Amino acid sequence: MARTRTWVSIALAGALGASLAGCSSTGGKRAEDARKAASAQGRAAVDTPRWTFAMVTHSGDGDTFWDIVQSGAKQAAVKDNINFLYSHNAEAQQQAQLVDAAVDKRVDGIIVTLAKPDAMKAAVARAEKAGIPVITVNSGSEQSKAFGALTHIGQDETIAGEAVGDELNKRGRKKALCILHEQGNVGHEQRCAGVKKTFHGTVQNLYVQGTSMPDVQSSIGAKLQADKSIDSVVTLGAPYADTAVKARKDAGSTAEVDTFDLNAKVAAELKDGTLGFAVDQQPYLQGYEAVDLLWLYKYNADVLGGGKPVLTGPQIITKDQAAALEEYTKRGTR
Amino acid sequence: MTATAPAPAPSPGTKADDERLVKTSPLRKLMGRPELGSVVGAVAVFLFFAIFADSFVRAASLSTVLYASSTIGIMAVPVALLMIGGEFDLSAGVMVTSSALISSMLSYQLTANVWVGVLVSLVVTLGIGVFNGVMLTRTDPPSFIITLGTFLMLTGMNLGFTKLISGTVSTKSIADMQGFSSAKDVFASTFTIGGVDFKITILWWLALVVVATWILLRTRVGNWIYAVGGGEMAARAVGVPVNKTKIGLYMGVAFGAWISGQHLLFSFDVVQSGEGVGNELIYIIAAVIGGCLITGGYGSAVGAAVGALIFGMVSKGIVFAEWNPDWFKFFLGVMLLLATLLNHWVRKRAEVTK
Repeated sequence: MARTRTWVSIALAGALGASLAGCSSTGGKRAEDARKAASAQGRAAVDTPRWTFAMVTHSGDGDTFWDIVQSGAKQAAVKDNINFLYSHNAEAQQQAQLVDAAVDKRVDGIIVTLAKPDAMKAAVARAEKAGIPVITVNSGSEQSKAFGALTHIGQDETIAGEAVGDELNKRGRKKALCILHEQGNVGHEQRCAGVKKTFHGTVQNLYVQGTSMPDVQSSIGAKLQADKSIDSVVTLGAPYADTAVKARKDAGSTAEVDTFDLNAKVAAELKDGTLGFAVDQQPYLQGYEAVDLLWLYKYNADVLGGGKPVLTGPQIITKDQAAALEEYTKRGTR
Repeated sequence: MTATAPAPAPSPGTKADDERLVKTSPLRKLMGRPELGSVVGAVAVFLFFAIFADSFVRAASLSTVLYASSTIGIMAVPVALLMIGGEFDLSAGVMVTSSALISSMLSYQLTANVWVGVLVSLVVTLGIGVFNGVMLTRTDPPSFIITLGTFLMLTGMNLGFTKLISGTVSTKSIADMQGFSSAKDVFASTFTIGGVDFKITILWWLALVVVATWILLRTRVGNWIYAVGGGEMAARAVGVPVNKTKIGLYMGVAFGAWISGQHLLFSFDVVQSGEGVGNELIYIIAAVIGGCLITGGYGSAVGAAVGALIFGMVSKGIVFAEWNPDWFKFFLGVMLLLATLLNHWVRKRAEVTK
């Protein structure tokens, strides 16, 4: 054991020494700090009582999309003097229990996603009964009103898919591949179905294992090799777009890669023409508006949308808009 | 379990009957190898897709299949060694992600040459392996529970630290930093043979198979591994350093996780903190398809590599065959089950003829 310990300390010392000596003069945190010259610290813009809002989503661990939603909600919470609580669970039953917990805590407002509406019904009803206003975001536009929520903020997945189909038509595409990175996700199926609805060419679905990027890459690569006539690949999440680009290169295919959602890489690749277009549903807006609308309701009894969902997308982003958005993707708000 | 069991002591004076001196034919030797069944399974799967998927037997397609297999195989080989040693590692999948996150974030936060991050990541990842091994040998619970704990801790730490340090759930790109291109050459480059591009992970995979096979068959440590997996008490009684062997095996898995993690980082620039969950099962599956016994003491590195190849061929072959994707998982299950049953049947026959 003593000898092992010596080895470990030598290794650690070596690593530390190397990190002091081997600095990179390009990129890294230093470059980022330089970019962040001066950003104002958030301070409450209103002096309404400090209400507590809870947001409960169906996000899995480490999802980039929901990170941006959260970021928007937090920003609005700071401005509106709100104590903001966030929790999430990909399992519908667990998510419903989290809503129950928020109701038990007697929060002043609840924001919830209805990815699996039936499972959430009872929990939302319980919040209504306790007199807590509920706003639904992202998914569940059809059920939102029936469940008694004030407003729904989000993108209709089918409409978003249809927008992709239209854009593919405009680009004269014939055969598209729709990459689903989560088998059994209703929203994903709706998106691909939407593409199928408006696209004049043919659409094929491909399921990949979203938790393993090498698997995503080799599966898309295999499909492109198997069918050379595919001329466009549509990924349903920003992180998968870049992987699809790599797969395209492996397969020696010329298919255009398009994607749902944005991140820094997607913005950069849209700018340099590696990607065709992205469909943005503005997740930042979903979080921000949800908190802000709850605040407006508490403060002024305002309701937006007139019983209809308030749509945050789809917004088609191409090379032209990408440059302007790149900076916002880097700070994690687009 | 019986692969390395010593031959029974011969009765004195009957030199001619000494079975240690009986020459076994090379064919017999081959039949006795634990990977034989899996090789037959692999050939069957290959022929199947060669017939049913037009584009499967093209050099470019095979390169894709080999890439998919290699990313599994790099982990399946050390996982197989660990299983031969009688233990499990459920943290292997997320450890890959941890390893990638460590290199990426360390290099980024210190604005250091990315090789610094890569080396620190090696030390830390091996440290996780040591942690698993020491926890196992110093305490009573089975490896299943201990590494389950590590799995959960790593999953949480991957997310927690990434969010804490980067502010988002994925790392920042380090593609513009010094040392990136040379590290990419080592971990994520491609090489061309006859006009077809192959990923370097295939070479890492082969190298690991060669090293692991050499350790298992030609070194004392190899005997220790079989002995520890075959019967821990007996091994301890004859003086095998059981604890050291087990810690070493966990470090082997950690080393594989480090290579896979660096590949992940340098081929995708950015690492998602939630990745890797569930892959540990795929590694174990590959090892089992390759003939490793879940109970320990039996198996081979070549077998695990062939198991990974079968998994890679089936999962990509289904795509090449363009079957209805809704049934993908079902087909995967059926094919794996058939390959494993064939494997099992061949091994049984081989044992009978011995």
